[in-house]
Amino acid sequence: MFKPVQLFADWLVYGVFGLGRDTLAGGALNFFVFDTIKIFLLLAAIIYAVSIGRTFLPPSRVREIILTKSRFAGHLWAAALGIVTPFCTCSAIPLFLGFIQTGIPLGVTFTFLVASPMINEVALVMLFGMFGFKIAALYALSGYVIAVAAGLLIGRLNLEHLLEGFDPAKRVQNAALGADLPWSERRDYAREYTLDILKKVWPYVLIGIGVGAWIHGYVPQDLLARWAGADKWYAVPLATLVGIPLYSNAAGIIPLVSALTDKGVALGTTLAFMMAVTGLSLPEFMILRRVMKMRLLLVFFGIVGAGIMFTGFLFNFVMR
Amino acid sequence: MKKIQIFGGGCAKCGILYQHAEAAAKELGIEYEIEKVSDYEKIAEAGIMATPALAVDGKVKLEGRVPGVESLKALLK
Repeated sequence: MFKPVQLFADWLVYGVFGLGRDTLAGGALNFFVFDTIKIFLLLAAIIYAVSIGRTFLPPSRVREIILTKSRFAGHLWAAALGIVTPFCTCSAIPLFLGFIQTGIPLGVTFTFLVASPMINEVALVMLFGMFGFKIAALYALSGYVIAVAAGLLIGRLNLEHLLEGFDPAKRVQNAALGADLPWSERRDYAREYTLDILKKVWPYVLIGIGVGAWIHGYVPQDLLARWAGADKWYAVPLATLVGIPLYSNAAGIIPLVSALTDKGVALGTTLAFMMAVTGLSLPEFMILRRVMKMRLLLVFFGIVGAGIMFTGFLFNFVMR
Repeated sequence: MKKIQIFGGGCAKCGILYQHAEAAAKELGIEYEIEKVSDYEKIAEAGIMATPALAVDGKVKLEGRVPGVESLKALLK
């Protein structure tokens, strides 16, 4: 599918720039040109398609679907719908209140809150572009399972008394907006959303792929295996912790991580790291503090963090 | 008199929606009042789950996106 892009990269690097095919610089630059074009094409196409789909599923419609399901099915649906709903920290509170105050259980709400940022189309496109389909699918599946399991567990713990700052017993109507937009509006929305995201991520993608290409070409093979191989128990927790403050930079981090994986970092460690980047975010943590006590936040973070580490260990163990 | 409400916790997009809505109302030449609602409980009460959102005379017309002035005019009519 990306053959023309490869031909272009070959032509530019080996032809126009005159670098040798078997030189380090030639290899690294070729990798950079090819990956950059491929990633931007993929990002633009997928984000546009997903945004068009989204205009059929506004959050109030998502809520309506979840409301009609039984509790367990509610978890499964909440995680699935979380994938297609964009997550914006500034909408986290209305979203949270909007779930709780229409009677959606706390656990189901958390399932949605975990899935929505963790499994997003930018991360998936980057994973697909840099690691291939299998890893992207593994990531999505693990994220889905973690979201459902974390929500089920929080629901079981009966932590409703740890909500604060609003009245959880109050009920509001589900003012579902019709999804009956004209197609021109859908296209406008998708175009603007795609441009917004591309504008936000392009420097990170370039830097990420650039540094990744450098590592790819210049860092000796297996250099990192000594510190971050599958047999190092501390690699997964460490990767998870380091990932937390890197929120919203998934686009730049994934190319970097892809290069590191080439150099001996184990796959489970890589997955745990990327899930921590997308799924555990400090801004989200701070904004959610307005509607819940610190204890509930810590439980939420603890459970998701534990789920991420478990996934990391599991893949390191299975793939060894 | 149309009552236009812009819902949002003060993100950049909420400001843009406010400007677009005001421009649309002016171009239509209608009488209007416009207000910002940033209280989270009030936003939830209106049934809104994604900001920015816009309501006309108490009825939510859009959420989670910022259309251009032309499409807003259609909503305000």
